[in-house]
Amino acid sequence: MQILKFIQQPWHWSVSGLLIGLTVPVLLILGNKAFGISSSLRHICAACFPADISFFKYDWRKESWNLFFVAGIALGGFIAGNYLQNGNDIQVAAATQARLAGYGVHDYSALLPPEIFSWSNLFTWKGLVFFVLGGLLVGFGTRYAGGCTSGHSIMGLSNLQWPSLVATCCFMAGGFFSANLLIPYLFKWLN
Amino acid sequence: MKNIKYLVAGIFFGIVLVKAEVISWFRIQEMFQLTSFHMYGVIGTAVITGIISLQLIKRFKIKTIQGEPIYVAPKTFNKGQVFGGLIFGTGWAITGACPGPLFAQVGMGFTVVGITLLSAIAGTWIYGALKSKLPH
Repeated sequence: MQILKFIQQPWHWSVSGLLIGLTVPVLLILGNKAFGISSSLRHICAACFPADISFFKYDWRKESWNLFFVAGIALGGFIAGNYLQNGNDIQVAAATQARLAGYGVHDYSALLPPEIFSWSNLFTWKGLVFFVLGGLLVGFGTRYAGGCTSGHSIMGLSNLQWPSLVATCCFMAGGFFSANLLIPYLFKWLN
Repeated sequence: MKNIKYLVAGIFFGIVLVKAEVISWFRIQEMFQLTSFHMYGVIGTAVITGIISLQLIKRFKIKTIQGEPIYVAPKTFNKGQVFGGLIFGTGWAITGACPGPLFAQVGMGFTVVGITLLSAIAGTWIYGALKSKLPH
């Protein structure tokens, strides 16, 4: 029980980073697989709606390990979310809390704010922006960039690939623009 | 059955994503508002661990468990890494999630994120449909 209590605390960034980084050699040693998650979205397109588009005409079954990996991530999320949380509020920097209060976000009881991420917002402008538009940008952008945080920022940088450094800098630039200029404006319009 | 090991690896990775809180919308806002070191610490440590691991694999010619030599394909540059990168970064701050965390958030019980995940699949499909018309 002591061990479970220990695990249920939020993990220090160094422990978390070490374990995420170790995913790179683990996947290589398990079967020469390059760590990367956004490819799974392409495989799902190729498997379900190829629509005669050449980008989706390949044997996705050869890459099915990737779909098992993301199914595992969802299962891991289930296990951690249900059994490995201590029930305390998430600790967020005071300066960010002050800004979020201005957005109407006050609930820190979960990892995502229920003021945004709930079904009741689905058919509102807020839902359209945060779920539909946000998801489209993530799916379109990662594929256009040829990878996401895992494929470029972790796998690519670990292998000292300069195109991945360019991609990572652009991810960060897009994020800084979005979080500091776009999102405050979006909330002003949506609230 | 050979894929079960990747399912298990995914389960561990999913647990780490949740406990590291990198799937939290709040942590992503902190990162881009420069109000917390947490995300920089996680990603920085992950990259350093990855670099050291790959150097060890190369130096000691470590093989896969099937006995094959390990090979990592190099990345080639195209303009997509700039344009796509900026677009993804914009979405990352809005959704508070990159693709991996989307799966973990749904698993945790934020089922409405399933809509975000479907949109991300649609976004990937739109890229596939428009690929030949986009600058690369």
